[in-house]
Amino acid sequence: MMETPREIKVSPIRNGTVIDHITAGQALNVLKILGVNEYNVDSTISVVMRVSSKKEGTGGWKDVVKVEDRELDTKTVDKIALIAPNATIAIIRDYFVAEKKKVNLAPTISGLVRCSNPNCITNRNEPVEPEFDVVSKDPPTLRCKYCDRMLSNISDNLI
Amino acid sequence: MCICAHGEEVSKDVKSSAQIRICMSFYDKDIVSIRDFGRKQIEEILEVSERMVPYAMGEKRTKVLEGRILGNLFFEPSTRTRLSFESAAHRLGVDVIDVSEMSATSISKGETLADTIRMVDAYCDLIVLRHPHEGAARLAAKFSENPVINAGDGAGSHPTQTLLDLFTIKRAKKNIDGLNIVLVGDLKYGRTVHSLIDALSIFGAKLTFVAPKTLQMPEDNVKHVKKSGINPILTDRLEDVIPSADVLYVTRIQRERFPDPSEYNKVAGMYRINNEMLREAKSDMIVMHPLPRVDEIAPEVDSTPHAKYFEQAFNGIPVRMALLYMILGGEGL
Repeated sequence: MMETPREIKVSPIRNGTVIDHITAGQALNVLKILGVNEYNVDSTISVVMRVSSKKEGTGGWKDVVKVEDRELDTKTVDKIALIAPNATIAIIRDYFVAEKKKVNLAPTISGLVRCSNPNCITNRNEPVEPEFDVVSKDPPTLRCKYCDRMLSNISDNLI
Repeated sequence: MCICAHGEEVSKDVKSSAQIRICMSFYDKDIVSIRDFGRKQIEEILEVSERMVPYAMGEKRTKVLEGRILGNLFFEPSTRTRLSFESAAHRLGVDVIDVSEMSATSISKGETLADTIRMVDAYCDLIVLRHPHEGAARLAAKFSENPVINAGDGAGSHPTQTLLDLFTIKRAKKNIDGLNIVLVGDLKYGRTVHSLIDALSIFGAKLTFVAPKTLQMPEDNVKHVKKSGINPILTDRLEDVIPSADVLYVTRIQRERFPDPSEYNKVAGMYRINNEMLREAKSDMIVMHPLPRVDEIAPEVDSTPHAKYFEQAFNGIPVRMALLYMILGGEGL
């Protein structure tokens, strides 16, 4: 039987972070979380969308984002968990994987997303951060701790 | 000896074990959403409410909470809720401070709700809050040292209305379990029905939601009820469900929800309750309404044994008295 040649779509990075197993279609939202825009790209960022995945529960597809010369802080990783609950974060140092971890959605989150209810008190000028209970991790479903509403679209409401 | 929630040692000879239990459950507690409470706690409130009835009617008098101050903060117009909290407070000897005109306060100068609450908190022992934004009561509870009672926050919760609705059903029907409860009207935007169905579902009532598709119960609320093992019936035909109903809970359909006035007239007419409509109803079926009504229930129904809505409005007093009594640590009634 002939082996299918392994195709490398993006070359390995020397230093930085590889965000793998991103829910297919969410790579651009991950870039939004990373704060990437036309003015602040000072290292190479590779985005691969809809590549095949053997991991269960992915529907056979995933996205991958590689960011060179940047290691992600906890807040950023927590935000990624909100839109890609199965993502893995690998820190690369000198071409080797120095650390690898799965993102993990905490039972409650605060300050990462705003409530989608425009009439929620957290959307007024009050000295509170929006807080949510995580009702389900996959797919991520959040309920506002203040107004009790379910958050209808997480990626549109990221802070 | 037992230790009461507010730290005093109490002898079982002096206080009944039930009173100690109630004291433990509610002393200094916020009442923000009915979802914060389980069946047992709700039953405790209803039990104490029953004891408050003679005081609420003025047949007995008490000053059991004399020296306490209630801060009534109503950021939205309200007749029943505001007056019944005031009346409940006076019946227990509690003094009430309030702001009669919000436009004359620092709130109109842009003060945050958080700051207003911290200020009022320093002037009273308990805050009752009505606010146009959802989640306002939860925020107030966060910033207030003293307990906060939610008297309605936007389209969100109105837990004391729910408690008085449950109390009305319980008084009329003795128990709530297994009752066939039909809710009709604006089920999409009406905050009273959302809180009420949460509570009814934990009592195992059978629920039927009657509304035109555009005003039917939101999916989230239906899902929440289903989690308690209740499978509600959703329909737009009121006449089909009246004969089997034990309780008919009517809410107002607001004209402003309909861009086309003729559409409003058509829908509102379908759900107008009159004696002809109640001909097929069980003789002991009760009709409830959170009031104010416009023309959802014909005045001819008022004199039938079905009409419970004015009694329901009165029940706001004993229920709110019970909450003040339990939260402020009343003893002896």
